[in-house]
Amino acid sequence: MAKERVLEVRDLELHYFTRKGVVRAVDKISFDLRQSETLGVVGESGCGKTTMGTALLNMPTPPGRIVGGQILLDGHDVLKLSETEIRRRVRWETISMVFQGAMNCLTPVYTIKKQMKETLRQHREMSRQEMDARMKKYLNLVGLSDDVLRRYPHELSGGMKQRVVIAMALFLEPKVVICDEPTTALDVVVQAQVINLLKDLKDELQVSFIFITHDLSIEAEVSDRIMIMYAGRIAEIGTNEQIYGPQGPAHPYTQRLLAATPRLHEEVAELAFIPGTPPDLVAPPTGCRFHPRCHVVMERCSRDDVGLREIEPDHLVACWRCFND
Amino acid sequence: MTEPILVAENLTKWFPVKRTLTQITRGERTWVRAVDGVSFSINKGEIFGLVGESGCGKTTTGKLIMKLLDITDGRLHMHGDDVTHIQGARLAKHRREVQMIFQDPYSSMNPRFTVRDVLMEPLEIHKVGQNLQEREVWVREILNEVKLSPPDEFLVRHPHMLSGGQRQRAATARTLMLNPSVIVADEPVSMIDLSTRAEILSMMRQLQRELGLTYVYITHDLSTARYFVDRLAVMYLGKIVEMGPAGVVIDRCLHPYTQALIGAVCEPKSGRVNQIKDVPIKGEIPAATNIPPGCRFHPRCLFSVPECWEEVEPTLVDVGGGHMVACRRHEDIEKRGAAARTSDASLGVRRSSFEA
Repeated sequence: MAKERVLEVRDLELHYFTRKGVVRAVDKISFDLRQSETLGVVGESGCGKTTMGTALLNMPTPPGRIVGGQILLDGHDVLKLSETEIRRRVRWETISMVFQGAMNCLTPVYTIKKQMKETLRQHREMSRQEMDARMKKYLNLVGLSDDVLRRYPHELSGGMKQRVVIAMALFLEPKVVICDEPTTALDVVVQAQVINLLKDLKDELQVSFIFITHDLSIEAEVSDRIMIMYAGRIAEIGTNEQIYGPQGPAHPYTQRLLAATPRLHEEVAELAFIPGTPPDLVAPPTGCRFHPRCHVVMERCSRDDVGLREIEPDHLVACWRCFND
Repeated sequence: MTEPILVAENLTKWFPVKRTLTQITRGERTWVRAVDGVSFSINKGEIFGLVGESGCGKTTTGKLIMKLLDITDGRLHMHGDDVTHIQGARLAKHRREVQMIFQDPYSSMNPRFTVRDVLMEPLEIHKVGQNLQEREVWVREILNEVKLSPPDEFLVRHPHMLSGGQRQRAATARTLMLNPSVIVADEPVSMIDLSTRAEILSMMRQLQRELGLTYVYITHDLSTARYFVDRLAVMYLGKIVEMGPAGVVIDRCLHPYTQALIGAVCEPKSGRVNQIKDVPIKGEIPAATNIPPGCRFHPRCLFSVPECWEEVEPTLVDVGGGHMVACRRHEDIEKRGAAARTSDASLGVRRSSFEA
């Protein structure tokens, strides 16, 4: 699988400067994304998943600021570009995002056509016919008919609105699409349809997805590789088989998360859970950030910082238990 | 032994839709048939699950049990008494007996109240306890019960100072204040992180055992329902289409709608990444103002035959062991299911269509 890398992130740091202090929401994260693959990002709320997504588009929510690192898109550092250049060349052109609660991203007072057209007009010099053709093409691609263009958001169901937003994220033909909890507000049947749609699109358009969710069972269905985040850092990255396969994940956090995920076709007497809550990122614990909640904690875990290291090809873990030294 | 505590017979709730002038002059009325003839009986100490997609009437059913809404038609019995149209003192008593946990612990608690105020309020409204000291003792006891301890630390906190899980614990504590016998839990864990979901559910189950509670658990999540409930009812457009012990309904489901719901659930297993999920269902849920004739599921069903829309709607029939299903073709479906299980082939289901 020597696929081309489309996105490389190196030591990315995003801090929120609040009155309580500096919140290290994304703390030195490095990963890369290959062509037409889906990278899943999982973690509890407050682990920095969404923050990382907004950082990739270089649009942190105030009082957040990117304080270090590199985001390499085809070898060029996005963070070095000016805001105008980012708007012209990066945002929506090469990386786009489907935001959390995307259904609420549509303006209720405009038709779908007007909203879609605005994005096109900002980015492309096109005749009206070309614009219409492109809008229709992408609506059909996500499984909607042309007459959706004339409708207002309130006339569409939740699933249809979600599809419109996905179409809008795709129709400038970006290389990377970040989906932040795209299915959380949807019913199971609609959720399955959206998941199928994303799988189809990945092959058809050769785009890469970053799929952010808190639900490990959805990641198992959509993601080729999974990145587990805890307290602003990466706890584990591995392929789908390495995380969900018979061998199981290596990091205790992933293991506990997986054990807490209910399964439909298995009878379980008692589901596991992780005691406690994720730490306050103003003053995170020393050493391994998971150690206060870890069930296999060792003495050195609270003392020494643990880095992300490879334990087998493509499988990186940040846990002292997995290393021999 | 098992005595029914709550019995619903043909429970119905229709909401009127605002009429246009033409409709008024013509004397036409349209209704949203949110709950359209639902019957069930819940035993004491049982956890009864209501599952379905949004808009299927599961929350409305919960509110009817609470008597937060007036019942349009049908009967509701509690402890053998008819409570369908009770008012005044009897209604107040019913509401003490039946309490509700709401989906969103953020919006169901007054942000200006401390946990103490939140928990004291039901006691004050229902004039329980002789004096403040007595109530305070009771509040502390309940806080320990839901494992918000030490109580002193939590009593003075406002809802925003609690984490999601703690807030849902406080909401559970509030329902327990009046010593109810039935608790309607409307999606109690859907807003909570996966890592703490199981913790809340096991706490709820422990309380149920200790205090002999009966739960009505309303959810759209079949996986937690399987783990948590004893008996499960699947609702579609205001009607129960399948009901029975949770394991049986999930593993041997007979209604095409239940099969679609189960097919749509994601499971944390490897090797499914590039496979397209088979969801045996067509189209989208119709509006509850315009319920299809005959079997209300037929436009989306892959098994439907002309009788399904030409004849009257099928009713729930017992297929053994308390497993009930409302489908004309359940025998055919069962045969196919059995054949599929033995030959290990998947049920002959087609991919869901994307047409809107």
